[in-house]
Amino acid sequence: MAKTDLMDFDKALELFEPVLGFEVHVELSTKTKMFSDAPNIFGAEPNTAITPVCLGLPGSLPVVNEQAVRYSISLGLALGCEIAESSRFARKNYFYPDLAKNYQISQYDEPIAFDGSIEVELEDGTLVTVPIERAHMEEDAGKLTHVGGSTGRIQGAEYSLVDYNRAGVPLVEIVTRPIFGAEHRAPELAKAYVSTIRDLVRALGISDARMERGNLRCDANVSLRPRGQERLGIRTETKNVNSLRSVERAVRYEIQRQAAILAKGGTIVQETRHWHEDTGTTSAGRPKSDADDYRYFPEPDLLPVVPSAELIKELRAALPEQPVAMRRRLKADWGFNDQEFRDIVNAGLLTEVLETTQQGAAAFQARKWWMGEILRIANARDVEPSSLVTPHQVSELIALVESGDLTDRLAREVLEGVIAGEGTPEEIVEARGLKVVSDDGALIAAIDEALAAQPDVLDKIRSGKVQAAGAVIGAVMKAMRGQADAARVRELVLERAGA
Amino acid sequence: MSESSTADITAEQVAHLAHLARIDLTPEELQRLTGELAQIVHAVEKVTEVATSDIPATSHPVALHNVFRPDVVGATLSTEAALAGAPEHDGSRFKVSAILGEEQ
Amino acid sequence: MNELTRMPASEQARLLADREVSARELTAAHLDRIAAVDEQVHAFLHVNERALEVAESIDARRAAGEAVGELAGVPVAIKDVLCTSDMPTTAASRILEGWVPPYDATVVSRLREAGLVPLGKTNMDEFAMGSSTEHSAYGPTRNPWDLERIPGGSGGGSSAAVAAFEAAIALGSDTGGSIRQPAAVTGTVGMKPTYGGVSRYGAIALASSLDQVGPVSRTVLDSAMLHDIIGGHDPRDSTSLTDQWPSFTEAARAGARAEAFKGLRVGVVKQLSGGEGFQAGVTQRFEAALTAMSDAGAEIVEVDAPNFEYAIAAYYLILPAEASSNLAKFDSVRFGLRVTPEGGGTVEDVMSATRAAGFGDEVKRRVILGTYALSAGYYDAYYGSAQKVRTLIQRDFDAAFRQADVLVSPSAPTTAFKLGERVDDPLAMYLNDLTTIPANLAGVPGIALPIGLAPEDGLPVGIQFMAPQRADARLYEVGAALESLLEQAWGHTLISQAPDLSLGEMLAATEGAV
Repeated sequence: MAKTDLMDFDKALELFEPVLGFEVHVELSTKTKMFSDAPNIFGAEPNTAITPVCLGLPGSLPVVNEQAVRYSISLGLALGCEIAESSRFARKNYFYPDLAKNYQISQYDEPIAFDGSIEVELEDGTLVTVPIERAHMEEDAGKLTHVGGSTGRIQGAEYSLVDYNRAGVPLVEIVTRPIFGAEHRAPELAKAYVSTIRDLVRALGISDARMERGNLRCDANVSLRPRGQERLGIRTETKNVNSLRSVERAVRYEIQRQAAILAKGGTIVQETRHWHEDTGTTSAGRPKSDADDYRYFPEPDLLPVVPSAELIKELRAALPEQPVAMRRRLKADWGFNDQEFRDIVNAGLLTEVLETTQQGAAAFQARKWWMGEILRIANARDVEPSSLVTPHQVSELIALVESGDLTDRLAREVLEGVIAGEGTPEEIVEARGLKVVSDDGALIAAIDEALAAQPDVLDKIRSGKVQAAGAVIGAVMKAMRGQADAARVRELVLERAGA
Repeated sequence: MSESSTADITAEQVAHLAHLARIDLTPEELQRLTGELAQIVHAVEKVTEVATSDIPATSHPVALHNVFRPDVVGATLSTEAALAGAPEHDGSRFKVSAILGEEQ
Repeated sequence: MNELTRMPASEQARLLADREVSARELTAAHLDRIAAVDEQVHAFLHVNERALEVAESIDARRAAGEAVGELAGVPVAIKDVLCTSDMPTTAASRILEGWVPPYDATVVSRLREAGLVPLGKTNMDEFAMGSSTEHSAYGPTRNPWDLERIPGGSGGGSSAAVAAFEAAIALGSDTGGSIRQPAAVTGTVGMKPTYGGVSRYGAIALASSLDQVGPVSRTVLDSAMLHDIIGGHDPRDSTSLTDQWPSFTEAARAGARAEAFKGLRVGVVKQLSGGEGFQAGVTQRFEAALTAMSDAGAEIVEVDAPNFEYAIAAYYLILPAEASSNLAKFDSVRFGLRVTPEGGGTVEDVMSATRAAGFGDEVKRRVILGTYALSAGYYDAYYGSAQKVRTLIQRDFDAAFRQADVLVSPSAPTTAFKLGERVDDPLAMYLNDLTTIPANLAGVPGIALPIGLAPEDGLPVGIQFMAPQRADARLYEVGAALESLLEQAWGHTLISQAPDLSLGEMLAATEGAV
């Protein structure tokens, strides 16, 4: 494949104005699927979380999950949308082996929510309002595994295997209107937008929003128009962008790629493009064509959804703060400076830190662990920090440090255990025998032993050289294999010296 | 049936529809269906005579709304039962030939 | 023929309750009858090997003093469009040959819970697309009144099974007349309930907004009794009504006793009761039935339903559109047939080859028509307009039911036609459902019952009653009333006039034809 020409980013922005649009799919964390009482779970053995409905067996019929509707309305309200007085489902017809019925139940001309907007904060605090066209309910497809060929990708595969566990998982698709004016900050806005949606759905408690699991998936639309031109350029839709970092990179890449083509007098093909995380590039997919005749029609097996005013009122009253307002409040509550707080947001760890504090941890501790050790390990492994540990586990870990049961060093060891899936922090402390020795008797015995080896230390302390205690503390910590609280050892040594 | 509007449907159109519907047609079938479809379409076009813009559409014969299911897990199929009717599987997943197109 | 098989289910149930006959004996009698005549009639695609076992278990339960349902131990035939976990379910299509579903349709579960004995699966037009059962991939069913004629469709297997005394009762499904038109041409009874009155869960969908499962029998009471068992709310079908239904059995019994016609306003639908395409003998029997009702105190009024004229056109847009989508699942991935083109191919090639080989002509025709009706650029003109016609037809019904308590028409414009006569003319075939389609479009209930034989061919003629949505009980009452009125006048049931199909007659009939 010929190397794709890319224009320098700043040059591209000089010549063209980028216009963005996003379609974000959010998997709802209901207990059951959208139209079937099959469990909505991740990571089960293939084809175990299925019913006749999930498989589209002849005669099976869908029934709408009420909780999914409530979640969707809450999300619509949080996006500032109007909630449709009457909304209905439609069938989107196309053949694909991961689509059990060969139609997807979605919403077409009557989505549950429409006409909203959401404020997104860029790294320097600039607020951008992203207009939302609609949010609609639909069902996820199954999962294909391509076997044979060299790449594991669809091209060159000999055959494919289908697992329908994911088929029918409830989705809300959030569609923006075209976003103008982002200019050179378009990639940054893309990331900030997806991160805001992620924070929002997690604050609402309606999705796990773990991008690495596909709970939150972003299709990014990018088009360029020459400076001064009113008409929108031809857009591409980049799919499969499944981390915050990738969203930013993919938008940047598409701007550079399209600019290079347009500058040479070429035209952009309206097409789907696929993002490749490994190479940081997009590749051409299927061109949009007449074949995209989805033959939408109202789903005859389902009835309209007509939310009552009371329901909307109830859900509106239960809404969490808007992400931007929440950030401002948290920053004040936590007492972080601009840089500290922004780092958390930019690392995409605001929700993790927040949830950790909600489990009882102090904000500075939560920040220290997520932005420190956890982020370091995540970066080293090139995964999302949230895929390693849960806020609950981190708060447990912090509690163990706070209570003096673990030192920071031991806590890092325990964290590794948690990441390795050995159990809860408590269990790992128990299993590995890592607990700090808080029995003064054991400590005093070790101190006595150390003092016997270094008899002059007590005198030095008494003569005012308190720092001499360090040698004893070091020896004790070594003897206790680190499982002692150095501060307590120091206290005991000074007591001994009568200081 | 009048033959006047049979020209409305072409063989190319029927071939396209057959592709959308994933049905291979023999040349004979294509030819026959083109003629039949033209006739049928001509007959059913009658609906446009009375379907004026002021008339609402009826999708469901009995008007109901808000029919929901509580979010409670029910019985699932065993993998064996799910795969029992499948033309081909690998013991846990359904097996299909290579896919040329791509995910939607 | 064993006399047991000639009895209505209500009578069979009485003998079972009185221990005068066992479920095993009754089932064996029907299996014997099937063995004797079904090679000729071909009503069944599959006969339940475990029927006797099931019957014995009912006998054991009864012997143990367990409370069992009124029809417990009565054999029942099941249209092959309904999923049965212990028998293949093919919808008479090659594409589902041999498929055994991992679940029962709700109506089938309810039959089992009530202790009925599934005898087997009945033949039909493939995916219920047709009016003659000639579109079955497994060969046509023949009309027990004349083996060279069609038994109606799509549920010709169920109607023929009942008419040939292979079962007293059967389940059918009715999308545009598939219960009522077969009843008409076989001299039997069939009821299409109010849309949502009976669960569709496990009924292989043809057109979701039109399909309704219902009972097939030789008497109105039997249909009512079966309806009581299968009806009522099912949370697995979103379109299922939550209504508390009255006892249809009681309605039918009340109709047969009381003078139900006194003061009843019977509306004759002008657009469905004569004119082009209506056979003279059909019109004659229909008018005689009206006279009988009038003589019994009914007020016969003519009602105008001007938009019914557009019903067939709307139906042949809505049905194919919904069917094209409903039948997309037959793709060779999870169940059913797989045909791989020579030399292999992509999954898309395999799907297209499978559907080409697995679907019959009528299915292909309707799927492609439906694909066309839904395509971009045509949706508003076709599907959209058809849905508007539906509104107009509902309005016509509303107006008509302000003038009449029930509406009537012949159940079908003609008596049974000859096999092969219309199979190559789809449009002529579509006209068969002229009288039955409006009820499906509007979701109202309709019952068909026999009103005599057409003088010109000696074949059964049926009448259809329609009532407003949810007034199913009224149809059982009125239907039973007319049934008893006519039988009193004739001095016998109509079905008793059907050929016996005993071996001698059967041979004669076959020779005559050859």
